[in-house]
Amino acid sequence: MASSRDDFVIAIRSAFLKKRYQQKFSLLTLIFLSLIVIVLGSFNFKAIQYIKIGVNEVVYRSSFVASIPENYFKDLNITIDEHLNLYDQFKKNEIELKKLKEKKLLNDFLVLENKKLRELINETVQSEDVFAKVLVDKDSPYLKSIVLNKGSKDNIKIGMAIVDRSYLVGKIIEVNYTNSRALLVSDLNSKIPVLLEPIDIHAVLSGTGKNHGVIEYTKDEYKEKLSSNEIIVYTSGYGGLFKPGLPVGKISTNNLNKDNKVNFFSDFRQLDYVKIVSYEIGSGN
Amino acid sequence: MSSLNKNTLIKSLLFYLPIFFLFLSVLNEIDFNYLKIENFSFNFVHILIFYWTLKNPRYLNYGSIFFAGIVNDVVVGIPIGLSSFCYLLICAVTAYLRNIIITPNFINDWISFLITILLINSIQVVSLDIIFSIEVDYMRYLINSGFTFILYPVFIFLFDILEKKIAIQTND
Repeated sequence: MASSRDDFVIAIRSAFLKKRYQQKFSLLTLIFLSLIVIVLGSFNFKAIQYIKIGVNEVVYRSSFVASIPENYFKDLNITIDEHLNLYDQFKKNEIELKKLKEKKLLNDFLVLENKKLRELINETVQSEDVFAKVLVDKDSPYLKSIVLNKGSKDNIKIGMAIVDRSYLVGKIIEVNYTNSRALLVSDLNSKIPVLLEPIDIHAVLSGTGKNHGVIEYTKDEYKEKLSSNEIIVYTSGYGGLFKPGLPVGKISTNNLNKDNKVNFFSDFRQLDYVKIVSYEIGSGN
Repeated sequence: MSSLNKNTLIKSLLFYLPIFFLFLSVLNEIDFNYLKIENFSFNFVHILIFYWTLKNPRYLNYGSIFFAGIVNDVVVGIPIGLSSFCYLLICAVTAYLRNIIITPNFINDWISFLITILLINSIQVVSLDIIFSIEVDYMRYLINSGFTFILYPVFIFLFDILEKKIAIQTND
C-alpha cells in the first residue's frame, strides 16, 4: 500500500519537476507562469494593457497571414456552391427584384417624409461610417467574434456598431492601435435592445452561440401577436449604443410551435468587409 | 556536400514540424466552419499536444506549448493564460502517464485522452463561466470534446506515420 503511494508521488514529482527531453523549463514553472498571466491579465494596469495591445497586434496580423490558405479553400467552396445554385438563385432574384422595385417607391417617399418630420422637430441623426476588413473570423465554441483592421488610430471606440451592408452584425468590444475585436450578435454574451415591427414591441435580442438569436424580456402577449405576420427585428436605439432602425433579422412564423427564433439577415460566415458605425442624435432645442 | 546540407535541412524541418503544426493550428483555428456543418467542431490542438508529449516530448517542448496557448487565447478572445494552463495540464497528464506506463497501449491512451479533455474542458468552462463571467454553451463544449475524442484515432494514424519518418531521418 505504502509502496504504491510512493510510486504515485515519484511519478507526479517526476512529471512536474524534472526537465527531461531537452526541456528548458519544468512543467510546474510554466503552470505557475500561466496562472500569473491569468491573474495579471484580469487587472487593468496600464503596463499590462500596453503589453496586451502589443501581443494582440502581432497575433492578429500573424493569424491573418496563417489563415490565407484556409480562406482560399473557404472562398473556393463558396464559389462552387454559388455556381451549382446559379439557376435557382437567378429565378429567386428575379421575383425578389420585382417586389423590391415596388417597395422602393414607397420607401423613397417614407424617407423623404421622415426627413421632413425630423427637421420639424429639429432632430438630426448624424452617423459616421468607417469601412473595415475582417482579418480573423473564427467560429470557435468559445466566442463568436471577428477581428477588424481598424483600431484606435481610426477613432474606433468600444461599443460602436458593426454593419454588414445595412444589417447589424455586432459591436466593438476591444480596441487596439491598428485593429479591434467585435462581438457578433450571435454570441451567447450578446444582448441588444430591439424593436419588433410591425407589432411594435420592445424586446431584447440574445445570441445563442448558434446561427440564430432569441427574443427575451418582452411582453407576455408577444407570442399571440406573432401569428399574423413576418416580424422584422430592428435595433431600438435604447441605451444609446446603436443607431435606431438597423435591421438585424426576422422571426419567421411559419413554424407551428411559435418559438422566438430570430434568423439573422447577414451570414456571419461570409464577412469580408464591414462598416463600423458611430452615430449621434442632435437636437436643435 | 550539398546532399549532406540537404539532409540536415530536411532533418531540422521534420524535427520542427510538430511545433509548426501547433502554431499553425492556434493561429488558424482550423474549424471547417465554411462547410456549414451544424455543431461540428473539434480541438486539433488537444490531439496534437496529447500525442506528441506522450510519444516523444523532444519534438514539442513545454515552452512552445505555453506560447501557443497565449496565441490561442488572443485569437479566440478569451482571458490570456487560460489555454496555456489547460495545454500544460495535458502535458502534466502525459508526463504522468509516461512515468507509470511501461508498455503503451492504444486503448489506454485513448481512454486517458478522453478523461484528460473532459477534465481540461471542464476547468476551462467553469473558469470562463464562474470566474470571468463569460457565458458559454456547455453543450457545444461537450460536442467539441466528443468529436475530438472520435477523431483521435484518425490523427494518431497520421501522426504515427509522421513520427516514423522523423525518427528515420533523425537516426540517419
